[in-house]
Amino acid sequence: MFAIDYYQQAESVAQAVALLAAEPGARLVAGGTDVLIRLREGRGDYARLVDINGLEELRGIGLADDGTLRIGALSTFRQVMASDDVRRLVPVVAEAVGTAGGPQLRNVATVGGNICNGAVSADSVGALLVHDAQLEIQGPEGRRRTPLQGFHTGPGRVALARDEVLVALHIRPRDYRGFGAAYYKYAMREAMDIATIGCTAAVRLEGEAIGELRLVFTVAAPTPVRCAHAEAAAAGRPLTAETLDAVAAAVAADVQPRTSWRARQDFRLHIIRTLAARVTRRAAERAGGKF
Amino acid sequence: MAVGKSVTRKDAAAKVTGRARYTDDLPMPGMRWACYVRSPIAHGRVVRIDTTAARRLAGVEAVFTFEDVPDRPFATAGHPYALNPDHADVADRRLLTGHVRYQGDEVAVVVARDRLTAEAAAARVAVDYEELPVVVTAEAALAEGAPALHPGGNRVNTLRFEAGGKVDEVLERADAVVESRYRTPIVQHCHLENHIAYAYMDDMAHIVVVTSTQIPHIVRRIVAEALELPLSRVKVIKPYIGGGFGNKQDVILEPMVAFLTLQLGGVPVKIDLSREECFTSTRTRHATVMRGRAAAGRDGSLAALDVEIFSNTGAYASHGHAIMGASCTKSCNLYPRTAVRFAATTHYANVPAAGAMRAYGSPQVIFGIECLVEEAARAVGMDPVAFRIRNVARRGDVNPLDGHELLTCGLVECLEEGRRRIDWDARRRACRNQDGDVRRGLGVACFSYGTGTYPSCVEIAGARLILNQDGTVHLQVGATEIGQGADTAFSQMVSETLGLDCDDVHVVSSQDTDVSPFDTGAYASRQTYMVAPAVRQAAEALKGKILAHAALMTGQAAANLDLRGGRIVFAGTPEEALLSLSDLALDAYYHKQRGAQLTAEASCKTMTNPASFGCTFVDLEVDIPLCRVTIREIFNVHDSGVIINPLMAEGQVHGGLAMAIGWALYEEMLIDEQNGRIYNGNLLDYKMPTFMDIPDLGCAFVQTREPTGGYGNKSLGEPPIITPAPAIRNAVWDATGVKVDEIPMTPKVLYRYFSGAGLL
Amino acid sequence: MRKTVSCTINGRAYTLSVDVRQSLLDMLRELGLTSVKEGCGVGECGACTVLVNGRAIDSCIYLAVWAHGKTIRTAEGEAADGRMSAVQQAYVDAGAVQCGFCTPGLIMTSTAFVERHRGRKVSRQEIRRAHAGNLCRCTGYETIIRAVEKCLGRQAEMPSDDGD
Repeated sequence: MFAIDYYQQAESVAQAVALLAAEPGARLVAGGTDVLIRLREGRGDYARLVDINGLEELRGIGLADDGTLRIGALSTFRQVMASDDVRRLVPVVAEAVGTAGGPQLRNVATVGGNICNGAVSADSVGALLVHDAQLEIQGPEGRRRTPLQGFHTGPGRVALARDEVLVALHIRPRDYRGFGAAYYKYAMREAMDIATIGCTAAVRLEGEAIGELRLVFTVAAPTPVRCAHAEAAAAGRPLTAETLDAVAAAVAADVQPRTSWRARQDFRLHIIRTLAARVTRRAAERAGGKF
Repeated sequence: MAVGKSVTRKDAAAKVTGRARYTDDLPMPGMRWACYVRSPIAHGRVVRIDTTAARRLAGVEAVFTFEDVPDRPFATAGHPYALNPDHADVADRRLLTGHVRYQGDEVAVVVARDRLTAEAAAARVAVDYEELPVVVTAEAALAEGAPALHPGGNRVNTLRFEAGGKVDEVLERADAVVESRYRTPIVQHCHLENHIAYAYMDDMAHIVVVTSTQIPHIVRRIVAEALELPLSRVKVIKPYIGGGFGNKQDVILEPMVAFLTLQLGGVPVKIDLSREECFTSTRTRHATVMRGRAAAGRDGSLAALDVEIFSNTGAYASHGHAIMGASCTKSCNLYPRTAVRFAATTHYANVPAAGAMRAYGSPQVIFGIECLVEEAARAVGMDPVAFRIRNVARRGDVNPLDGHELLTCGLVECLEEGRRRIDWDARRRACRNQDGDVRRGLGVACFSYGTGTYPSCVEIAGARLILNQDGTVHLQVGATEIGQGADTAFSQMVSETLGLDCDDVHVVSSQDTDVSPFDTGAYASRQTYMVAPAVRQAAEALKGKILAHAALMTGQAAANLDLRGGRIVFAGTPEEALLSLSDLALDAYYHKQRGAQLTAEASCKTMTNPASFGCTFVDLEVDIPLCRVTIREIFNVHDSGVIINPLMAEGQVHGGLAMAIGWALYEEMLIDEQNGRIYNGNLLDYKMPTFMDIPDLGCAFVQTREPTGGYGNKSLGEPPIITPAPAIRNAVWDATGVKVDEIPMTPKVLYRYFSGAGLL
Repeated sequence: MRKTVSCTINGRAYTLSVDVRQSLLDMLRELGLTSVKEGCGVGECGACTVLVNGRAIDSCIYLAVWAHGKTIRTAEGEAADGRMSAVQQAYVDAGAVQCGFCTPGLIMTSTAFVERHRGRKVSRQEIRRAHAGNLCRCTGYETIIRAVEKCLGRQAEMPSDDGD
């Protein structure tokens, strides 16, 4: 039994928006794998719920005519992993959500929830950021689009008004074509864990060299970060150990790991450097490169 | 012949179909929920407590604070009563306290009609604390001027002994002396069923406690002591138990639920701890710090072991006063030709209370010893397996401390089997001169352990057998099935002695102290050994009665008859049935002139405590830049005497191995040394290994026949957890050249060691 | 506040009035399906695993109202006519049961996995990954993996779908 004070089931996205607008302090519950845990922890700020769990309009994964991949926000991790389109076009997204929790969680947790809860450790976010995913959001004024890049504003915080609902994610062809990508979740266990450090890399080759590197770290700063310095260190460079060393050396300027009871800063930075090189290499190899 | 066969567990079908009922599956009409009010700070005194807001909440029936409970300290350790008052357990608990000693200590309790209301009311109890200085480590707790947690100070006790020679003299003239410091963490049992108990009164005087416990008869005594009631006014019922591992060899919730029902006119009151409460407010494994020295000769002899160890029992003693004594003395059987000296201090600190946990201190002590022995072997240039084979116990050795001869010991054979099975020499050669990022290594460690608690405690066990009308038998024991498979092993013993099929032996698995024979319960890997003589005596007595009745029915002399496969036969021609047991049973029950209900009962004390032995071999890989260990192969080889049920025995070994891998590489309760705050008291942040983290597990047995036991067996439940951690540590050393002297060897710890060694 | 939930549980149709604050675990246990165990209440241990439309979920963090229109299976329903299911029998035979508290949840996880991998060769790593949401402290997982292998080994060739 959860200490729920207010509960409404939304019949549509529009109704969910209206309910959120009408009920101060109300929040969405989608898959429930965060919200219900917070409630169980005794968090009173999760006691007022608008339930969108049953909204079929928020599910579904498909391709638009221009090749843009659309992932409904209520798609579960399992649905993302099982989607042929995801596996074919952005396999790193399937790889990344496949590391979240365990099978039971992946059967109900939603990709939209993983983004909107603002978790610094969210497993889906790195993969979506290297593919520069765009968010489709519905509010009282209608729908808007905004890049995922910049959506996270701090630990547990995102740029979503309290009466807005994330509807879908879009990944454009220019952001997936020609890329090889990889995710490494560095955690203390191989399952049922949150990342100590998450590293996602996407590489597009130009001939024998790295044309473009997109590198994202999670749990390495107050929000997930794209690593501009490390990316610059790789651009146009050959597939060599020296290039990887340069990426590892440059990445320190992109991240702000901190000391907490979970891990010390120096340890985190060491892992970040190690992963920057290893995951970049794996992404390049997946793009067809050879070191 | 059922002993030695992998017969199917008695309760397997009940468990896979979900029909087995645990404490929470036995609801009662009108059950009340009780919820503790817990201290948010690790050390302090309550200066004000206001329950008004809690009492005002609809559905709240009562609130009790530390001022409302008996001011009578009691001990919680699940030990038999000690006739000698000098051996009494430490009585340092009250039902609630105004002097809080760890984050989570219990200052009040709320009773309500449902769980949500109880939790909401508990949150409304306002408490002001005067904060006191916090001590978390041995160093802080034992420092001059440290704040005392209990009236006698923070030192619970210090045990010292020397055996097998003068350690100082041996160290003086040894060819090589090695020295190191070792550290082991606080870990939690993580049985899947949390602590839960409820109590009600079934008349004006008697309290019934239903609880998830390993020790129903001890719970009965301690509840009576805590509430100052005659023992016979308390009845304890144990249903199916979802694991204990020592954490339920302690009396935790039972005195409180008994107190509450007594206060509330006998209504049923339940406490069902959350997982988070189970982490902080039940028991843990003692953290230890050890300083050890070992002396070795160039001839390959392990000449001396000198151990000084500090054991952190946390806020309350629980089993703390006994654990170091038990573990240090049990380790004396491992290298009986070596001079040994132990100095073990147990102390309080502002962390959750530590108590019994699988192998009762031996994993900590043996971790240090087997790290030292590894170092000693290397110091004299010997192979670690050969060095151990040269020095470990053999049959006929005499324990240097108590003078007992080892009547069985297969440890050398265990080490030889392990060496062969892992292809030690060849694989080790392949591990030389590595310089890549990922390096491979092999490790070994060995142990000795006891079987039961004699002579520290009484060893008593009871068994009752009843022949049913249909020719099957019911077995009642006082020993406790908690998942380890004890009931099934007992049924095999009955089957063996009585000549009945195992399926015809029904074991009463739930315990009721008003009805069950007396036994002190599941701990110290004692039950299969201690219950054996009682089962055997009862089975032999019942068989005598059955044959006597057969003689009445057939006119044959009982001495010429036997019982085989559920049939009465002539001893000389067992293939020919004279009479079926079911016909005999009907006659015994219902014949108007002869017979009776045929039953037999025995209660036996055991005054022997044979040592069991074994070892772990491991082959692993270390990714140095990522600071990660991957186990490629791991197995234990055990001498536990005769293996009663090979499949179940293997299960015990797997479980111990996995729990040990957690202890070695993953698990630790993280507590702030400054303020005693617990950071990771939940199953997400506390890293109990998942399916993905445990490799394939192996096991083998070297069977000996222990002559002191009813069926030749020795301890098995706890021992598998003892040696994997030092074996893994020794293999990490082998792989990387870095000696890691603490566990868990998490990436964070390995980072510190590898950085220090210049590997990163 | 209560809502009416119509669902199928272990093959039988139910229409229930449930408190919207209830978890599916609460609802099933109230119906007497006490195989559904609570080990943590936060989706970390898997002891409360049941199948919803054939997929394993943690019923402790799943609202009871979400069961509306769904098909739910628990360990009780896997044994029919006095016979255990193949998965249950394999657990018994492999020695995969000890304290038994995690067992019903694991049985359901294995059941979903086995039904999805009929006749396919699976690696131990795939079995591990598919069971990683269930903690067990007694067995070290080894005999559970053997039970699942045993079950798959027995099955005839059948098509299978995705791997989670």
